[in-house]
Amino acid sequence: MSSYKIIDHEYDVVVLGAGGSGLRAAVGLSEAGLKTACVSKVFPTRSHTSAAQGGISAALGNMGEDDWRWHMYDTVKGADWLGDQDCIEYLCKEAPKAVLELEQYGVPFSRTEEGKIYQRPFGGMTKNYGNGTVQRTCAAADRTGHAILHTLYGQALKHNTEFFIEYFALDLLMKDGECKGLIAWNLNDGTIHRFRSHITIIATGGYGKVYYSATSAHTCTGDGNAMVLRAGLPLQDMEFVQFHPTGIYGHGTLISEGVRGEGGYLVNSKGERFMERYAPKAKDLASRDVVSRSIAVEINEGRGVGKERDHVHLHLDHLDPNVIEERLPGISESSRLFANVDVTKEPIPVVPTVHYNMGGIPTNYKAEVLTLNGSAKTVPGLMAIGEAACVSVHGANRLGSNSLIDLVVFGRAAAKRASELVKPGTPHEKISDSETDRCLDRFDKLRNASGSNSTAELRLSMQKTMQSKCAVFRTEKTLKEGVNEIRKPFEGMDDLSVKDKSLIFNTDLVETLEFDNLIRQAITTMDSAYHRKESRGAHAREDFPKRNDEKYMQHTLSWCNGTKTKIDYRPVHSSTLTNDVQYFPPQERVY
Amino acid sequence: MVQISLPQNSKIEKGKYYKDKTGSKNLRKVNIYRWDPSTGENPRIDTYEVDMDNCPSKVLDLLNKIKNEIDSSISYRRSCAHGVCGSCAMNMDGKNGLACTKPHSEIKGDINIYPLPHLRVQKDLIGDLSTLYKQYASVEPWLKNSNTKSEKENFQSKEDRAKLDGLYECIMCACCSTSCPSYWWNGDKYLGPAVLLQAYRWIIDSRDEERKERLKKVADELKLYRCHTIMNCTNACPKGLNPAKAIASIKKMLATS
Repeated sequence: MSSYKIIDHEYDVVVLGAGGSGLRAAVGLSEAGLKTACVSKVFPTRSHTSAAQGGISAALGNMGEDDWRWHMYDTVKGADWLGDQDCIEYLCKEAPKAVLELEQYGVPFSRTEEGKIYQRPFGGMTKNYGNGTVQRTCAAADRTGHAILHTLYGQALKHNTEFFIEYFALDLLMKDGECKGLIAWNLNDGTIHRFRSHITIIATGGYGKVYYSATSAHTCTGDGNAMVLRAGLPLQDMEFVQFHPTGIYGHGTLISEGVRGEGGYLVNSKGERFMERYAPKAKDLASRDVVSRSIAVEINEGRGVGKERDHVHLHLDHLDPNVIEERLPGISESSRLFANVDVTKEPIPVVPTVHYNMGGIPTNYKAEVLTLNGSAKTVPGLMAIGEAACVSVHGANRLGSNSLIDLVVFGRAAAKRASELVKPGTPHEKISDSETDRCLDRFDKLRNASGSNSTAELRLSMQKTMQSKCAVFRTEKTLKEGVNEIRKPFEGMDDLSVKDKSLIFNTDLVETLEFDNLIRQAITTMDSAYHRKESRGAHAREDFPKRNDEKYMQHTLSWCNGTKTKIDYRPVHSSTLTNDVQYFPPQERVY
Repeated sequence: MVQISLPQNSKIEKGKYYKDKTGSKNLRKVNIYRWDPSTGENPRIDTYEVDMDNCPSKVLDLLNKIKNEIDSSISYRRSCAHGVCGSCAMNMDGKNGLACTKPHSEIKGDINIYPLPHLRVQKDLIGDLSTLYKQYASVEPWLKNSNTKSEKENFQSKEDRAKLDGLYECIMCACCSTSCPSYWWNGDKYLGPAVLLQAYRWIIDSRDEERKERLKKVADELKLYRCHTIMNCTNACPKGLNPAKAIASIKKMLATS
């Protein structure tokens, strides 16, 4: 592949992705004196963290008594006991520190009368181990992600982080099972860049775009996850896909859980507040998988609203308009723009919509990537954080406002661990060109594809299959069909057509590379779902309605090489990190 | 027509015409600015006939439909699709806005889509925002406060926090700055409405301890006073913010300090 000019760089650490977790890591790395590059396919403030609305959880206790152990219990239960409790302990214990740090960075949090950080109730967040609701979710109105992302970008500027913006990463550079850096394509001028680094941190977010209807941005294509698969490493718990209960019907725009936190509620066509039947205690603030399933049941049983009876209504028109203006201005705007609804007068039409990937790159609580080789082993030189990672703190279902805290706690942890592992300025060893050649072969083949299938057609076929065969409720039959059908779009790439052959901002090729990334994750998601014959958290099997702890207190690991997958399991951690808290043994999960 | 920074020695030509192949009775013509730096050719306006019976409501939906079904080579930035990331800022029907929030039904006649005015175009609808990003960094957009290692948050009253409303929501889409004639002519020196709004966001934050220094830094004939209160910025902001007011507030603070 000598036809591509390659520009070489050497860094102590390369962070791939500039959303909340990538930026937080980059800030910490720069502070530690490590020479750090942050590579992103979009300008940092365009990252999807900007779309997070409701808030960031931390047991600050600003609005009543709270304890990080209660937060931990809620997260363990929300995860339907698939989370690793050592990692969850770390998350919840570190959360208050991480939020206070964000405040000191300048995040414009909403405030209480006393001038402290305002906190709101959120789904699944309780006091005293499930006895009553707690106000734990720190908010900047309903634009918390936006506020955090912009503030973190400011911090990165303060610390002179070196950014490589609008660079599309192609593949990891691996040598003898260790990561030595990555290769990226600069969209601005068409050049190819090889970054050599002692540690590569993947912070590329989720892959919501494998589905047809998702709150995810166009750019949520899980590029880092796919790079890991191509490097011969596994992804973990890919069957756990969160459907947010309230995406705007027909458009998919997110309506924050904060709406229900502030007193909003769901009704069916009979005007009934149906969540009271499914979750007598928590009602509309049960965890997301529970609320989404309840809505799906209401619709399936004919109690949906609208002409097609295929959605439900979310009311907040009973709330004080001043509260709406102060705390929920963003969703008022979205509802007006995308549902033509004045939220002070009418309900919002909503439907469960794909929102978050609990699964991803397996890591320990220090953000080091794991693989299975006899037992769990770390992969030298490789870390993962944020939605791309599966630590696993969210297990089978993530609680709302636990993702933003995940970003900053583990972004921080990755920087800390990297600074322990790498001495600034350590020389880089030579690596052969074969990895680079293999990466550019794939790139060149896709760029020059001149068959008959368009990327958009293949992508649509993948998205429709995922939407119909791997949705809120799953069965042996739908999944078996799905396992077959989802391979067709991949095979369709043999006869692919890419019209634009240029190298500068060739978004035809970008979308093709993104599709190549998506389809591999779609296949692993479908196959992982097929093999888990139980119901747990977001993975609801109609044919196996019960959780099966005897067989499935295990993380699914899936490798994928083309259409071939390999599934294996590793046990969920059965202990905590320290003696500050006791392990929470599995219980029946009711809200 | 909007002011576009054309590649050197070039003029805009009539481009390709993509006739409808669906047989739809409900067609609209969409004219899109195209330029590929790798060809050495002049920029052109391509025209697409689009079946509106199967197209969702926003201009971004229209562009996606063209890219997915008619011509995959067209390039534009897009991400969140609901007005929070600021990627898809462009000039539609002569006005800057976000393609993902702009309904195409608001546009009468043919739909004309251009890149944001006066930016160096990198390809098709993609403009070079690097100058604006550098200017953003120059206002040092981070909190300057000695309380960095404390176990407690900085306290801020609700009233002081309310002063950040209408400022912190800025998504840096650049619709305002690229609609400002002053920024068009002096964009290398004048900070422009987007960056000045951000400068004011930090000046007015009650937690920040360097208000004076911040004010001094922007108090410059070119950086600040090239604002002539034309108000295009406020008119263009797709988030309903008011950069002109923020600039006026900075000027007032300087005049009274």
